[in-house]
Amino acid sequence: MVYSKQKEMSSRDKIFSAIRKNKPEPVPFAEPDASVVISYPDLFEQFKTVLTAIGGSCIEVSSAAEANKLIAELEKGAYVIDTTADYPENLASLSPGLLASVDTAIIRGLTAVAENGSIWVTEKEMVNRLLPFIAQQLILVIHEKDIVPTMHQAYEKITINETGFGVFIAGPSKTADIEQSLVIGAHGPCGMRAVVIKN
Amino acid sequence: MKDHATLAEEFIKDEARTNWHDETLWFVRQKRDKAAHGLPEWEQLREWASQIKNHTLSNMDRYLEEFEKNALANGIRVHWAATAEEHNRIIHDIIKKNGITRIVKSKSMLTEECHLNHYLEEQGVEVVDTDLGERIVQFRHEPPSHIVLPAIHLKKQDVSDTFHKHLHTEKGNNDPTYLTRAARVHLREKFIASELAITGVNFAVAETGGFVVCTNEGNADMGTHAANVHIACMGFEKLIPKASHLSVFLRLLARSATGQPVTTYSSHFHKPKPGQEMHIVIVDNGRSNILGKPDFRNALKCIRCAACFNTCPVYRRSGGFSYHTAVAGPIGSILNPNFDPKKYSDLPFASSLCGSCSNVCPVKIDIHDQLWKWRQALTKAGYVPLMKKIMMKGMAFVLGRPALYRFSGASARWVLRYMPFMVKFKINPWYKQREMPAPPKQSFREWYIQNKKK
Repeated sequence: MVYSKQKEMSSRDKIFSAIRKNKPEPVPFAEPDASVVISYPDLFEQFKTVLTAIGGSCIEVSSAAEANKLIAELEKGAYVIDTTADYPENLASLSPGLLASVDTAIIRGLTAVAENGSIWVTEKEMVNRLLPFIAQQLILVIHEKDIVPTMHQAYEKITINETGFGVFIAGPSKTADIEQSLVIGAHGPCGMRAVVIKN
Repeated sequence: MKDHATLAEEFIKDEARTNWHDETLWFVRQKRDKAAHGLPEWEQLREWASQIKNHTLSNMDRYLEEFEKNALANGIRVHWAATAEEHNRIIHDIIKKNGITRIVKSKSMLTEECHLNHYLEEQGVEVVDTDLGERIVQFRHEPPSHIVLPAIHLKKQDVSDTFHKHLHTEKGNNDPTYLTRAARVHLREKFIASELAITGVNFAVAETGGFVVCTNEGNADMGTHAANVHIACMGFEKLIPKASHLSVFLRLLARSATGQPVTTYSSHFHKPKPGQEMHIVIVDNGRSNILGKPDFRNALKCIRCAACFNTCPVYRRSGGFSYHTAVAGPIGSILNPNFDPKKYSDLPFASSLCGSCSNVCPVKIDIHDQLWKWRQALTKAGYVPLMKKIMMKGMAFVLGRPALYRFSGASARWVLRYMPFMVKFKINPWYKQREMPAPPKQSFREWYIQNKKK
């Protein structure tokens, strides 16, 4: 029998053959041009305004040392995991159950975006992927020079697959699923602060 | 099977609630306007997004191959599902193979489309929906009524009653913060214990073989980073060519959806964490068929922002359940007839063709044109009720004969004025749940002739 020799088409083959049969003629497109988008006179001010409006807050400091001092004072007595300083050796493998009791996570951000108040953080800085989401409070430390105007410049600056996981975080976890009433602190942090090191 | 008009009739019985629904969604639409108007390049962004999506659709096979190659190199396992059943079976197989019982799922309209929860339930597997709105409707055994705001049909007292029953919150405590905190405690327990997390995909990037998931609550991340198995489900149309294109789509998505400048979390997944399994299920389920229809393929550009829902005068006043499908609203009305033209033949008629949906669409889908084209296609195919067909034919007959049209208009005005009981009766669908308009003293034509002479 000839037919029995025919291998049944896999779903992958089926999908590809249907797409090839049905797709339209190639359509060209224009690459987005970051030079024609909005710009802001003061990137820090814009970033601070937006972050505050979306439920976060912004603290300015003049140096990394000042940032450390400030954080130490702010978080006295709390269970803090600070990945910008010394952190538990086993942090990467710490169980969700243990991480759930972290009061405050402090993590370095690489790029901040003025138009939407978000900060790019990768797996390398967070050490444990769950940390920035499960902590009750989140502090992200960034340098003012790393604030870019919009997402276009942000994606020029970052490499999204540099590590296995990266995230733009804009403010605290929130929801408005009950009658559209905004509630800060859905499942993740109930507060999010950006410590911005000026110059 | 009840149609849109019948289901809408049930929804609008509660006038106060209907008004609240209408006004609340309009408020979301206004927030969207404010966010859009804040960017001088808004129209340019829409144009870029539309072009990138059209380009990707026209090279879909090439980009899918590129994505698959890069995802595999990243250590992601790639599965292909031609149908909804296959999608569900693939997920069930992964669950069975790993002997998993504790599963959390963040929002994914694709899994709603495939009725994944229902399928798994039948196999004895429980899935906990972790988006707050989805958890609320899951407790109530209801589907989501809106793709971004799943519980928008409910009032806080409904949520309070539901949580009292399932989470033992105080009876009568309707405070949204109190209720959200209760869900937080409940769901954080589920996250910590979860063995497997299912998520949707907002965007998949061919160039890097990774994908992006957007949430405000952080529920997708809480689930995936706690669990040892992550399954992401996507329709193949979620693909975009490059990482730099994410800028365009992330700038448009949240602004169009809720008026936020961006969602709280835009998570980029590329590799499983050490010891974790990461799967991606790429689904066709009728999409390749839509790709072959020049009039309707454009709908595959959709990024599920729901801006068209919030602006639609029919959706706002008829609610999501009246569309009897996972993706409601104007976009649902043009997508669903592709899957089942008979079952969804009513949906393209659930519109005033005002065109507002097309105006707000961030990827420039010609939604109202497609609604109109679907009406013709469905009528031609014989899926439209005979009565509607006769009415339309009658209408066309009158509209095509000016003298008859003038006579009909005059008669209608005369009847409304002197014999209102002729139209104010229950069988007249135009009189149901609304007042008939006061008859104007003269027609526009009469007014025009009179005033032209002045």
